[in-house]
Amino acid sequence: MHQPLIPFLLRLGDSAMVQGQRLCEWCGHAPALEEELALMNVGLDLVGQARNWLEYAAELADDGRDADHLVFRRDQRDYRNLLLVEQPNGDFAVTMLKQFLYDAWHFQVLEHLSQSPDPRVQGIAAKALKEVTYHLRRSSEWIERLGDGTEESHQRMLAAIPQVWRFTVELLDSDALEQGLFEAGIIGDPQAIAAAWQQQVAATFASATLPLPPAASPFYLDSRRGVHSEHLGLLLAEMQFLPRAYPDATW
Amino acid sequence: MYAQLVETGVKRLKTEDEMSAQERDFQQRIDAEIKIEAKNWMPDAYRQTLIRQISQHAHSEIVGMLPEGNWVTRAPTLKRKLQLMAKIQDEAGHGLYLYSAMETLGADRDSEIAKLHSGKAKYSSIFNYPTLTWADVGAVGWLVDGAAIVNQVVLQRTSYGPYSRAMIRICKEESFHQRQGYEMLLTMMRHGTQVQKDMVQDAINRLWWPSLMMFGPSDEHSPNSAQSMAWKIKRQSNDELRQRFIDQTIPQLQVLGCSVPDPALRWNAERGHYDFGEIQWEEFYQVLKGNGPCNQERVATRRQAIEDGAWVRAAAVAHARKKHHKNVA
Repeated sequence: MHQPLIPFLLRLGDSAMVQGQRLCEWCGHAPALEEELALMNVGLDLVGQARNWLEYAAELADDGRDADHLVFRRDQRDYRNLLLVEQPNGDFAVTMLKQFLYDAWHFQVLEHLSQSPDPRVQGIAAKALKEVTYHLRRSSEWIERLGDGTEESHQRMLAAIPQVWRFTVELLDSDALEQGLFEAGIIGDPQAIAAAWQQQVAATFASATLPLPPAASPFYLDSRRGVHSEHLGLLLAEMQFLPRAYPDATW
Repeated sequence: MYAQLVETGVKRLKTEDEMSAQERDFQQRIDAEIKIEAKNWMPDAYRQTLIRQISQHAHSEIVGMLPEGNWVTRAPTLKRKLQLMAKIQDEAGHGLYLYSAMETLGADRDSEIAKLHSGKAKYSSIFNYPTLTWADVGAVGWLVDGAAIVNQVVLQRTSYGPYSRAMIRICKEESFHQRQGYEMLLTMMRHGTQVQKDMVQDAINRLWWPSLMMFGPSDEHSPNSAQSMAWKIKRQSNDELRQRFIDQTIPQLQVLGCSVPDPALRWNAERGHYDFGEIQWEEFYQVLKGNGPCNQERVATRRQAIEDGAWVRAAAVAHARKKHHKNVA
């Protein structure tokens, strides 16, 4: 069961890594000091989770690469993060909407993984679940504050939804790899995860007085095959600059 | 030092005869090392001096996130990235502690921050220097946090209780990050390539003198120090603290195998201290006046963040009010 687990671990790790990287970009630019702290705190959790997943992936692959190598030397065609998390931060409404949609999915995925028969997966997921429980509480509260705040914040949320909604298609469908892992009892039922996600999003949008768009449809991009939006290449260029420029260095 | 030049508004210390009964009681309390607390009477000049000093200190934590934040998206390994993120997060937290301590004096956080954005309030000169390479991140952790700690350890005994307690909490976290900064440089010097070693030396060359300036003007040019010392807000002079920092830092520098850009630096066995060269005071005063390499960018970034975030804060207030009304109804 180990070989199919590797690409799945990359999906989990890469999504956490890229979302963490986007949060780093907020440093010094947040709307309040409390948010500087919170955005960096969530980012720190996610980069820590990415490290745990990718270390495990590297051990299973056993091809001489470690977690740092996977993060800093893989090119975008090999990255497996969700399209949603690589989208630019935009304003605080876009950032929080991306965070919420990801958190609501992440929470469901981790809740199942924290019951996984693979003890390593179980352990990493159980730790991450505690962190993501906080992330989800925070981001859903922000969706409500912004959606049901002022006229301007409501308008900004309305503008943010179409910018990111189409990328949620990846949270709702599953591929053969995930089906196989589910049937082997390693991960949760993708359909159940999708249903729980939809329920959470519908409830939060309702209390935020935001209209719920119809489910997104599949389109050309597909992060599971490494077909990303144009944003990922630039994100990686910045993130990977030092290890690429000084390949022999020890940091 | 995070608050280098704090006006006390006092030109000359009062003699005991010149003090009112309240002032005499206050000074006796200070002399007896009893902490002043928020509800105690205090001279207005003491209150204003502390508001200036603590707000400068808080502003320094916040502006100080920017030079390090400059590298957080480019940190070269997962371990270094996590360390840097934790450090920046702590700095935001330190800013919050300090603004809280300042508010016990009756000052308002938002209006003090507005003074920072209009250029009226100062922050530490060190954060007006750019971080040009990854080695600068290590050097900031080691030298800049090192200098801050030398200052803050003394401030744990400062006479105002809330400030002193904030310093105790902050020092614990700072020392941890300072060791990490040093370990980063040590890793590069011991296991790195020649390019990395050159990067470390270059970072030290650029940040050495600005770090020494963190302790403020020399004692002979510190007109406000006498009153701050009499009130025990300050416990040691700028020059004493600067000397302590140099004495403790040079051995660490030798372990790294690096040098300082100061041809006059040498051990003085007679004094039991290092002698060192003259600080470029003209540069220091220029930076304090706003003419340093990054002053404009730093203040503009902070101002922009708060302006861009206004609608978010307004939404939070409006939502809280709606919820409150719902709960009441």
